Amino acid sequence: MTDTTANGAPVLTTQDGTPLKVSLARALRREKMRSLVLIAPLLIFILISFLAPIADMLFRSVENRIVADTLPQTVAALSAWDASSGELPGEDVYAALHDDLVIAAEEKTHTRLGSRLNYELSGMSSLFRKTGRRVDRMDEGNYKEQFIDIDKDWGDVETWLFLKRYSPKYTPGYFLNAVDAEYGVEGIKMKPEDERIYLYLFWRTMFLSMLITGSCLLLGYPVAFLLANLPLRYSNLLMILVLLPFWTSLLVRTSAWKVLLQQQGVINDTLVWLGVVDDLNRLVMINNQTGTIIAMTHILLPFMILPLYSVMRTISPSYVRAAKSLGATDWTAFWRVYFPQTIPGIGAGAILVFILSIGYYITPELVGGTDGIFISNRIAYHISSSLNWGLAAALGVILLSLVLLLFYVYDKIVGIDNVKLG
Amino acid sequence: MSEKDIIVSFSEVQKSYDGVSLVVKNLNLDIQRGEFLTMLGPSGSGKTTCLMMLAGFETATHGEIYLNGRPINNVPPHKRGIGMVFQNYALFPHMTVAENLAFPLQVRGMSKAEQEQKVKRALEMVELGAFGNRRPAQLSGGQQQRVAVARALVFEPELVLMDEPLGALDKQLREQMQFEIKHIHENLGVSVVYVTHDQSEALTMSDRIAVFNDGIIQQLSGPDDLYEDPQNSFVAQFIGENNKLEGKVTHVNGSLCDVELDDGTKLKADKVNVNGVGDRTTLSLRPERIEFEPQGLENIVKGRIEELIYLGDHIRVRMDVAGNREFVVKVRNRGQKRELAVGQMVDIGWAADDCKALDFVQ
Repeated sequence: MTDTTANGAPVLTTQDGTPLKVSLARALRREKMRSLVLIAPLLIFILISFLAPIADMLFRSVENRIVADTLPQTVAALSAWDASSGELPGEDVYAALHDDLVIAAEEKTHTRLGSRLNYELSGMSSLFRKTGRRVDRMDEGNYKEQFIDIDKDWGDVETWLFLKRYSPKYTPGYFLNAVDAEYGVEGIKMKPEDERIYLYLFWRTMFLSMLITGSCLLLGYPVAFLLANLPLRYSNLLMILVLLPFWTSLLVRTSAWKVLLQQQGVINDTLVWLGVVDDLNRLVMINNQTGTIIAMTHILLPFMILPLYSVMRTISPSYVRAAKSLGATDWTAFWRVYFPQTIPGIGAGAILVFILSIGYYITPELVGGTDGIFISNRIAYHISSSLNWGLAAALGVILLSLVLLLFYVYDKIVGIDNVKLG
Repeated sequence: MSEKDIIVSFSEVQKSYDGVSLVVKNLNLDIQRGEFLTMLGPSGSGKTTCLMMLAGFETATHGEIYLNGRPINNVPPHKRGIGMVFQNYALFPHMTVAENLAFPLQVRGMSKAEQEQKVKRALEMVELGAFGNRRPAQLSGGQQQRVAVARALVFEPELVLMDEPLGALDKQLREQMQFEIKHIHENLGVSVVYVTHDQSEALTMSDRIAVFNDGIIQQLSGPDDLYEDPQNSFVAQFIGENNKLEGKVTHVNGSLCDVELDDGTKLKADKVNVNGVGDRTTLSLRPERIEFEPQGLENIVKGRIEELIYLGDHIRVRMDVAGNREFVVKVRNRGQKRELAVGQMVDIGWAADDCKALDFVQ
């Protein structure tokens, strides 16, 4: 109902005089609440079992409470020490270290601190283990000499510099490690050439993922085209063939590739039998990058085909017919008229395959050997073997931000609105 | 008519999709240069298949199609030089209107300047001069339709095919576009083969109409002949409104014949599609040819008024005549009150020439 107020401006109100907008918002709120309640179980489940652990894990990439928690008095005493003086800290710091270590040795936390610090500087683990064993046998007073007596590292300014650097509760140390950098005498510097590993691994992950995406597109495009254009009878059968891999265990498929690709495997045997390859020079197709590319292309192919298919299915055959009736050859009709309309599908498939492959773990682990593994294999190693969770988290954060960055670039170039999954 | 005036010729063309049944059965059809020929028929009658064979998207199972006297069965679509307007327009969504129009010129390797000039002229022809930079999705249905027509004409083909191009438009727009297409045809002098299932569209636009049913051309003639002189029951039934009366021929008298209806009523009819005495026949009678004051007419029968429907310019009277309860009479509204009432028994009549004795269909 329209109510013209005194100033002449028409204010839309409902019958009982509440402004229409307020009333509408109220009416919609109930609907919103209802839909929120419907998704709440899933939302809460994801929050608890997925988002929270991830956030916690990512937080570990900068967290460094262990030094301040294990050696609280030493950290406090060290803050007064002028690191640039080039002299060892005073007796008070050594005394504080003694008090801290006595407690730590009782609680056996000093070994954990040692292995934590060992990630950054080797030798730290044994230093703390050794010192921890003898710290309760120390005499009162003159701790400085006694400590240096236990291990001459305590008389090295470098050790103290190192401790001071890692005494804050948060540290960029893991991230520096993750990009092959470290603290040097003059601040942050790259590690020596032969110790660098992660930057190259990141580069290889990206490069191989792009290669896999490219070969998926090359192989998947014609299949998707057939799927979208064959008569229903045949396309259903083809669709089953495309989906078949989803019904087989990933491990089975990857192992099948091992059987096929290994040097005494089916493909090599056939090639030797055909005389294409010499028996002594069998092709090495597994436990290297080739193996990773072949196996992952096979495994990720459906993720390229399905978005492509769903886009192609909506393209009416009359477009190509129109192009041909206007004088275009088969190729021109495809390239100028059909192909541009499939770009949203290519975008969707490429993003899907790229993001899946950049974080892929099992397949590179099984068929990648040493030069075909991805950054995720390294992350898994730090999670389960070296137990350096902080570094694993830092690598994970970098991987995640790389993906997000690529997403952003992709959005700028192609436009995320152009992506169609069906 | 000389050979030169025939642009397209279908010769004994047959088409089967499955090898079991024929969709097009032995089609022979000559299309004259500059003609507007419509293929009219219900869906599944084979008309679109004929068009697709002509365009080159389907191959004839048997027979030959000639374009300008040249057999084209083995010529790919892009070399036939036939313009085509599709049912859903098929404007390329990723190109602007101008790019759409320039497409056939580009693939022909025309210079940029020439392209621009032709595109401009084509857009002006369909009164969309200011829309060159829009995308098809930004245009209304009618505008898209015009772009599709302009695109099919921009490379100046001799022959343009249109496959139900107005099917997606609402009634008013459709009627307007019918005239526009008709005028473009008249102005450019191109030959047009038009496919539709809408008989009023066919009557409005065509020089000649080929009525398709069951893979066969039932009748090929101008719009007026089609309506006035249907050659068989299907055409009579398909084109315009039609009353059916069934009976048996009792006597033949030159071009006329006597027919006895199943209830014993005797009528005189125009002998069109019956062989002789004793044949079953379907009489076809247009509703507007029936008079309520039948004086001096050959056929006069009694009927009972069942229903009156007021339609402004005329009144539809549904009657029970000779056992047919769906018998419809159209009475022109001349202003004076007519004493018609439901349940009344009245005399109605018609001329023998308006009553066509056609083949009997069960």
